[in-house]
Amino acid sequence: MPPTPCALCNANRALIIRPKNHQKLCKACFITLFETEIHNTITTNSLFSSGERVAIGASGGKDSTVLASVLKTLNERYHYGLNLLLLSIDEGIKGYRDDSLETVKRNAVQYDMPLEIVGYDELYGWTMDQVVSQIGKKGNCTYCGVFRRQALDRGAARLGINHVVTGHNADDIAETVMMNLLRGDLPRLARATSIVTASAASDIKRSKPLKYAYEKEIVLYAHHKGLDYFTTECIYSPEAFRGSARTLIKSLERVRPSAILDVVRSGEDMARLVPEEVSGGRKGGKDVLVVEGEAEGGGGCGNANGRASGGEMADMEKQLLQNEGAQDKETEVTGKGQKHDRNCEGSNRMARKLPKQQMGKCARCGYLSSQNICKACMLLEGLNRNRPKTQIQVSVEEEDNSPTLTRRMEGLTVIPGQQT
Amino acid sequence: MDTKSCDGAKVPVIVEFTGGLESLFSDQRKHLVSLPSTDENGQSANLAFLVRYLCENLMADKRKEMFVMDGTVRPGILVLINDADWELEGEDQYELKRNDNILFVSTLHGG
Repeated sequence: MPPTPCALCNANRALIIRPKNHQKLCKACFITLFETEIHNTITTNSLFSSGERVAIGASGGKDSTVLASVLKTLNERYHYGLNLLLLSIDEGIKGYRDDSLETVKRNAVQYDMPLEIVGYDELYGWTMDQVVSQIGKKGNCTYCGVFRRQALDRGAARLGINHVVTGHNADDIAETVMMNLLRGDLPRLARATSIVTASAASDIKRSKPLKYAYEKEIVLYAHHKGLDYFTTECIYSPEAFRGSARTLIKSLERVRPSAILDVVRSGEDMARLVPEEVSGGRKGGKDVLVVEGEAEGGGGCGNANGRASGGEMADMEKQLLQNEGAQDKETEVTGKGQKHDRNCEGSNRMARKLPKQQMGKCARCGYLSSQNICKACMLLEGLNRNRPKTQIQVSVEEEDNSPTLTRRMEGLTVIPGQQT
Repeated sequence: MDTKSCDGAKVPVIVEFTGGLESLFSDQRKHLVSLPSTDENGQSANLAFLVRYLCENLMADKRKEMFVMDGTVRPGILVLINDADWELEGEDQYELKRNDNILFVSTLHGG
């Protein structure tokens, strides 16, 4: 085949064919156009204000690496006046996160941005390796997702920053739209399509500047710019439902490349049809868990398949609802079918929503929460309750410096009596 | 002499795997592959043949479906022929030339 000339400059050889419109571009024109489109997304949605300090949720993976690179470029080119930082979460997964954090450290140097790393061990007293050794691989993504959201917020708060950007791309959004469609979960569908998510559970704003960018173009951008990013699967189990949605989206893209953006747009249109009291509203986003695990879960998770989602998350919600601590102040999660109708006997279909959002502080950790005990603390309670069974004989001393654990250990003295 | 019909003639190509795909190929990113210049039916070696050849001869991992699906490269894996999207080059019907660089990039991992 003779080389195809670039559709824009007509001079160089076209190397890229754009999924959304089949436009054939050379390397230089592609890079410029890709950046310009992100710029347009940013300005159209007024994502930033001059002088703002913005933390980039950085995993070392392709999406957040491209996001950091593009934001640095645009900030300089268009004088956004942003103060950009990298914020990384160390989940404590040996052979995975420790390697990807090395990439983030190199990125910090390459992009000349300060880097803050927040670890699950310092925040929660548990690394994901420990969580998995306790609960097994099944369902571990849920813990990771719940912990991550709070960790990103706390990391941002520590830095005095109230805006975190994440690398969610069009393929991620399309996947989430499909998953929520397949689950009949309109409230989540509505929230997931939103480019900015402010949640009542947090005073930290989240946004997704790459929302309309194809994963394919993100990878090509990284390739043609020679960006340094990390790729390895999270060593813990992938989530089957998202994996299937992902395969479906990629197969659709092969047949009809515009399908991905079309699904995103369909999601946006459907979101507009969802009444605010069902979706929780754009600003109100009442249900912490939903935002934690679902629409926002990916920022720090290197494995798209591993993002907390699907059945696991629903199961976990059920479990949490059954948790005594959650009973009195439980926010009724809307639109999820009968499993959440626990408190709504006699209510008709339309009346089951209307969550009452009362923001307060978690009674355990003092973190901003819509419930008496925040989700992270509820998960921790379950973890800590079971921990001594497997670990007490190994070493008690080394756990002394964790206040949460110490409390658990005190509680433990009662339990042996009951068992014998 | 027509080299294409000559038994044992090879086309040397550089094959690279990135984006997580290298884990299926002995964790090695770059491979120098001497591809038979004709396929099973005596046709000039094209990309479809290369993919079959890689599956049978180079792929260490048993999970072939991570690389191929329905007889072609799995959706979500980008193929660049000398840095150009394979869609610009005739996809798997592209006939390989000596020293071509074929890059397979997964978009399915990491992020």
